[in-house]
Amino acid sequence: MLLTKQLKIINRVSARAFSAKEVPQFTKDRYPVKRGNYNALNDHDISHFESILEKHRVLTGSDTDMYNIDWIKSVRGASNVVLKPKTTEEVSEIVKYCHAQKLAVVPQGGNTGLVGGSVPVFDEVVISMSLMNKIEHIDEYSGIVRCQSGVVLEKLESAVNEKGLIVPLDLGSKGTCHIGGNVSTNAGGLRLIRYGNLHGSVLGVEAVLANGKILNLMSNFKKDNTGYHLKHLFIGSEGSLGIVTKLALHCPTAPNAVNLAFVGLESFQQVLNAFLLAKKELGEILSSVEMIDEPSLMASTTMCNLQSPIQKYPFYMIFETSGSNDEHDKEKLNNFLKNAMEKSIIVDGVATNEPSKMRNIWESRERIAESLLKMGYCFKYDISLPLSNFYDIVGAVRERVGSHAKLVSGYGHVGDSNMHLNIVCEKFSQEIYKLVEPFVFEYTSKLKGSISAEHGIGFHKPKYLHYSKSPEAIELMKQIKNLMDPENILNPYKVLPLS
Amino acid sequence: MSRVLVGVKRVIDYAVKIRVKPDKTGVVTEGVKHSMNPFDEIAVEEAVKMKEKKLATEVIALSVGPAQSQETLRTALAMGVDRGIHIEISGKDYEMLQPLHISKMFAKIAQDEKCDLIILGKQAIDDDSNQTAQMTAACLDWPQAVFASAIEKADNGLKVVREIDGGLETITTKLPAVISADLRLNIPRYATLPNIMKAKKKPIKKLTVADVGVDIKPRYEVVSVEDPPVRQAGSIIPDVDTLVSKLKELGHV
Repeated sequence: MLLTKQLKIINRVSARAFSAKEVPQFTKDRYPVKRGNYNALNDHDISHFESILEKHRVLTGSDTDMYNIDWIKSVRGASNVVLKPKTTEEVSEIVKYCHAQKLAVVPQGGNTGLVGGSVPVFDEVVISMSLMNKIEHIDEYSGIVRCQSGVVLEKLESAVNEKGLIVPLDLGSKGTCHIGGNVSTNAGGLRLIRYGNLHGSVLGVEAVLANGKILNLMSNFKKDNTGYHLKHLFIGSEGSLGIVTKLALHCPTAPNAVNLAFVGLESFQQVLNAFLLAKKELGEILSSVEMIDEPSLMASTTMCNLQSPIQKYPFYMIFETSGSNDEHDKEKLNNFLKNAMEKSIIVDGVATNEPSKMRNIWESRERIAESLLKMGYCFKYDISLPLSNFYDIVGAVRERVGSHAKLVSGYGHVGDSNMHLNIVCEKFSQEIYKLVEPFVFEYTSKLKGSISAEHGIGFHKPKYLHYSKSPEAIELMKQIKNLMDPENILNPYKVLPLS
Repeated sequence: MSRVLVGVKRVIDYAVKIRVKPDKTGVVTEGVKHSMNPFDEIAVEEAVKMKEKKLATEVIALSVGPAQSQETLRTALAMGVDRGIHIEISGKDYEMLQPLHISKMFAKIAQDEKCDLIILGKQAIDDDSNQTAQMTAACLDWPQAVFASAIEKADNGLKVVREIDGGLETITTKLPAVISADLRLNIPRYATLPNIMKAKKKPIKKLTVADVGVDIKPRYEVVSVEDPPVRQAGSIIPDVDTLVSKLKELGHV
């Protein structure tokens, strides 16, 4: 049939379009890593998976390509199968089977992680949570939302908005990332300064354990001091202790009034001065404090064709306020800006409460990561540093890599002492890799910072874990892992260093 | 050239989800964030640029609408407009106000203020009428250059590039004239803090409909405002053969 033929051609074209794009080397070839003692997938396994799920929810061959590569193209697995369960029971069946057959498993959310945590290293079975996308209940009185873990953050945001609530976290990748992935990685984001991290907002989880058992830790209450708080084990453990299938999240009331200021500053000291003044004068309505250096903004404005609201300055900041009374908030923000200008802390800026303008300003911040990737290969670091030394690392790295890098930039959640350090070069090379690692981690460790503020440890950072955690702490983590996953089938090669 | 008049309309911000009133007489505006019509921002930017290039000596912004239109005028002033004129009209009268009425007001103000050029957004994003510039030109019997994507000085007038179906058309016009701004004319600037502060001291003249002597009796009646139909959910079919038979069934092939 003509139509069949045409569809086949379309298929071939899209397959070519994908392969024509530069794909990274296989992880097993690029990095020194040894395959664990797992069984290899066989046809019998596939037919068993097909008996648990419908046939079209078991992907094989080239259909698995996009699940094998992370979006920053830093790792590439060689998995032959992607499973797409819709229910907790299906996840449980899959894991139970893998446990019995000694097949390693990688749970995958929106695959927007930045440390290679959600992509197979060798041929692990990928369990994609993308069809676990049901929002079960939104309680507008308590603000508690119960949903499956594969709900896309932005979808959850619009659903709770309808009830006058907001999700307590907001990320640049909200259009793709899953709330379950956010929980598993304890994602931070733009609103952390106001609403705290997910250990506070997540009231309960349901998870499938390594042996396939379903562990129900769901709770409908903010207060529940009964026994050990096991849910925390699943928040930020990156799928290495269990697969989060459901969660209960506390969503705050949506603010009636949101105001935003984008300002230019001459030095990092002035960034700190502005932050201090903002805390004093904006107090309870402050909901975001971001810092962007000039190379970062240049990247997003040129690569994504966006307009900078103001002229060039060495540093920019974004202040967001969220409150219940627009007049009150606007007046506060304007007073803050007026004072900051009179004291020459800020030089120029814009302030707005128009949704379209706020969206455009946020876009220039949120699209930095994507822009840096468009410029070449990007080494990304996500570190917590004391504010007094916050920006020094950018200069130190810039000096160290010299002309090897196209660009070294720093931006991030200065309000939470969290810096995103980026080194962009033409392409990945061992030479640059060795110049920046472990330098960045040693530098951070000397300042008693965290080598992973919000991105997690994933595949890229287990060997650096010791820069931020004591041997005793790592030992206990290993014991917990061993207790909960003795066969080590859940997301192996990630989070914990090999002994 | 000496004086440019620009129009600035306060509309619902384009990032806000529009809701139709239950009685279908219009859309909900109460408690909804408003901002300057994006095409009017382009018009303001162009006029301010003309002043910066010394092609204009003064830029006046006119807004017709409720008290809050003053905020829109303040934004225009912060972008570089010299002074504002606000014709206040609110409630039912404003809801029923139509492009012809606005055009007559612009014509009157252009004559009173001795303006040489009027730049308006090609349309407002709320009612999408795309009529005010054309009707204003007709009221004044001035030439019109609508959907402008570039404006340059020419011998005794202006050279205007217009976006038309299938390409660009370059025309010249004498002054006085009416121009409407299309999307690609420029990228409007943000109102920066120092300029917002300066704008607080710039004058806004307040007028009533009676002051401009325009009869605002509606010329047409809005019968019903409705949401666009909701898109029907699609369905996933197993293979191409089923697709073909479905298409046949529905009479598409």
